[in-house]
Amino acid sequence: MTNSIGEVLNSDVVFITGSNTTAGHPVIGARIRQAKERGAKIIVADPRIIDLTSDADVFLQIMPGTNVALYNGMMNVIISEGLQNKAYIEERTEQFDELVKAVSSFTPEKAAEICGVSADDIRAAARLYAQADKGAIFYTMGVTQHTTGTEGVMSLSNLALLCGNIGIESGGVNPLRGQNNVQGACDMGGLPGDFTGYQKVANPDALAKFEKAWGVKLSDKPGLTLCDIVHKAGHGDIKFLYIMGENPMVSDPDLNHVEEALKNTEFLVVQDIFLTETAKLADVVLPAASFAEKEGTFSNTERRVQRVRKAIEAPGKAKADWVILSDLLNRLGIEANYGNPSEIMAEIASLTPSYGGITYERLDQLGSLQWPCPTTDHPGTAYLHKASIARGKGLFKAIEYKPSNELPDSEYPFLLTTGRVLYHYHTRTMTGKVAGLNKLSPESFIEINPVTARNLGIKDGQKVNVSSRRGEISTTAKITRTIKENVVFMPFHFAEGAANVLTNPALDPISKIPEYKVCAVDITPSDRVSDYV
Amino acid sequence: MGVVKLTVDGIAVEVPRNSYVIDAANAAGVKIPTLCYLELHKDKRGDNASCRVCCVEVAGRKNLAPACATPVMEGMDIKTDTDRVINARKMMLELLLSDHNQECLTCEKAGKCGLQDLCYQYEIKESRFGGIMNSFPTDTSNEFYVRDMNKCVNCRRCVMACAHFQCTSALDFASRGFTAHPTPPFDDPINESVCVSCGNCVSVCPTGALLPKNKEKFRTWEVTRTLTTCSYCGVGCQMELLAKEGKVVGVEPVDGASNNNLLCVKGKFGYNFINHPDRLKKPLIRKDGELVESSWDEAYSLIVDKITKTRADFGGDALAGLTSARVTNEENYLFQKMVRAGFGTNNVDHCARL
Repeated sequence: MTNSIGEVLNSDVVFITGSNTTAGHPVIGARIRQAKERGAKIIVADPRIIDLTSDADVFLQIMPGTNVALYNGMMNVIISEGLQNKAYIEERTEQFDELVKAVSSFTPEKAAEICGVSADDIRAAARLYAQADKGAIFYTMGVTQHTTGTEGVMSLSNLALLCGNIGIESGGVNPLRGQNNVQGACDMGGLPGDFTGYQKVANPDALAKFEKAWGVKLSDKPGLTLCDIVHKAGHGDIKFLYIMGENPMVSDPDLNHVEEALKNTEFLVVQDIFLTETAKLADVVLPAASFAEKEGTFSNTERRVQRVRKAIEAPGKAKADWVILSDLLNRLGIEANYGNPSEIMAEIASLTPSYGGITYERLDQLGSLQWPCPTTDHPGTAYLHKASIARGKGLFKAIEYKPSNELPDSEYPFLLTTGRVLYHYHTRTMTGKVAGLNKLSPESFIEINPVTARNLGIKDGQKVNVSSRRGEISTTAKITRTIKENVVFMPFHFAEGAANVLTNPALDPISKIPEYKVCAVDITPSDRVSDYV
Repeated sequence: MGVVKLTVDGIAVEVPRNSYVIDAANAAGVKIPTLCYLELHKDKRGDNASCRVCCVEVAGRKNLAPACATPVMEGMDIKTDTDRVINARKMMLELLLSDHNQECLTCEKAGKCGLQDLCYQYEIKESRFGGIMNSFPTDTSNEFYVRDMNKCVNCRRCVMACAHFQCTSALDFASRGFTAHPTPPFDDPINESVCVSCGNCVSVCPTGALLPKNKEKFRTWEVTRTLTTCSYCGVGCQMELLAKEGKVVGVEPVDGASNNNLLCVKGKFGYNFINHPDRLKKPLIRKDGELVESSWDEAYSLIVDKITKTRADFGGDALAGLTSARVTNEENYLFQKMVRAGFGTNNVDHCARL
């Protein structure tokens, strides 16, 4: 997030796009509603009628995969009505002409046709956002999990720059990160091309710094991304794969392919707290401690580094991940004699400018610190790009709307999109072990509009077979008006009736994110009824 | 903003102009008892002010004033410890107690109950006011908590938390006078309302009216409390883990910068995975197609041998690692260090995109 969660209370307009916030990030959902109670206007753009729709001043029920068309349409309105922040554009941005060129023909009528909403609603949303002093954009995977995901984000950045909303309090472009420490995993160099703090492995200075600190020669060639790693493991090019705390057997696209790949991997190590679907395929499984059984830090979606503290001992012989990794590093001849994770943080701070001022002592004293925090007397950074845009000038990028990789056709006539439910978390490794949560959300389901269901002869609670070009699953029909005709929705949490057997592994060329949010499926009723109805 | 000067029990204090008497008392180091007031409610305090236990004497005013809802004025002279104040508080407590199911011997809230603590403080053994009591049915319909309105003190905290902080509005007050009580619409069971089981009402309840359905029985003094960060989504809510005899038995929210005392259903009630019997407890090695228990030493040796051999035979790029968005920063750092320095490749990624 460019800005902080608490700042939303003072936003004038909150634009929520591709985020079912009250399900995916419930506490942020609550705080957006607190902002509404204090007078903020709410715009929601989503393929489904979500909880926050009832709070929206403008609601745009767009077709999945048409984000860029919507944003371009909104920018067309803003520019043609002269609502953009001219002084801000002049002073703090560049290549505005490129944007004007790209969106000048993208009338709200044209966008409306692509998105499946009314042109007047696009106008209303554009005016509302443009006329806010402080407009905040919140988005999640509904924007990013497309083959045009990166362009969707760039397009949102255009929109925010156009209205002067980057570099101000209570504004910004705010991706809500899904996992507790996905921000931290990225910050810590859990990426093929980046050391900690996004220092590039291909940058000779960064490489030299880490070689000196770790005392070994390092490769300057960026590595493979997750989907490529899994693919190459299946083909025998990757012979040794070590997976820590992940369950690609539920979370990755095209699961049949993933299962085959992991089975074919010559040697697979999995380190986790449970024997997950992935761990069952491993050659060695290492038992890890849960967050309640160890010390450390997580970095949340607003770049806030906070402490994790040990409440109880790990079960049996399970060890904290940092202990396991230290043991292995030592055995691999790389000295790792850390007495406590605070010493690891000290090493991180010494190598990472944005974490330079973060110590356990300060975290215990202050509660948290938001990076960038370069020195031990720096208070941390609540919102980014304050004095100026980090790269110098805010860059407008001309983004053309492109349709999704796989759209419905006569063979697979329905458009499937995926997401989360409130009561489960990712692959249910944790929430699946909580009886009450399972009772509230027991099984996989598919949301179908009543008209579509009637055409197919499907009743609420009936079992249906859903197939795509990748595979077929059985799930339960949930008939609801919250989804449009011929669009269907499935949560991805469940290993039984897994949505990701169906999803399209086509990747965004820049971020390598799979297109989870759009694929084509066929649905046929089965004669069985769900056990839970 | 300017400041206001006043005295509390003879102690002179200066507080910002928009403060309330309870803030001035805090500034003077004078503790004001209350059942309904919460720091969380600061913006809304005029809307609450229901228990009247915080009443104080203001020189020149005829009636006692609720400290939580009385704005400060220049030159105010506040008394919090006069007989009149003490007697009024005792009266309030006795009135509350007269319609309170006194199951303190078995109530899970004992030891952390606002009403019990105040009765102890003011030495109230029983209420002078006998007679009719409300008898509400206990609502056990929610998966995670029980509503027993026979222990409710009508403080409104749950209604405030649900309506103005969680913003779900599953609760409000129904009925008038003696039978007034917080409830979902039409006195239906809570699971038939819009309740999302966040448990924020449970966290703010001062008595045993709203209690988690705990798997483990515990008293508040039996648990250790550990301040930590929630391990579910990216919001990073601050919470306390309540542990008894090596098990996590409960979670309570903390006022962190990102969550401001709120939690969701997963953070508040989704902790039973921690002590689940299916947790992995020993390393496993595949032998003859089956995963069998092994020692750490054996597992480590096997892994290191495979790494060394694969690297020697095929080069570092034949190895890869997937790190985790679930584990700590320090662990992610060590993992990528292991892959880059120990495996000799940059083939490290995680599920940021999934």
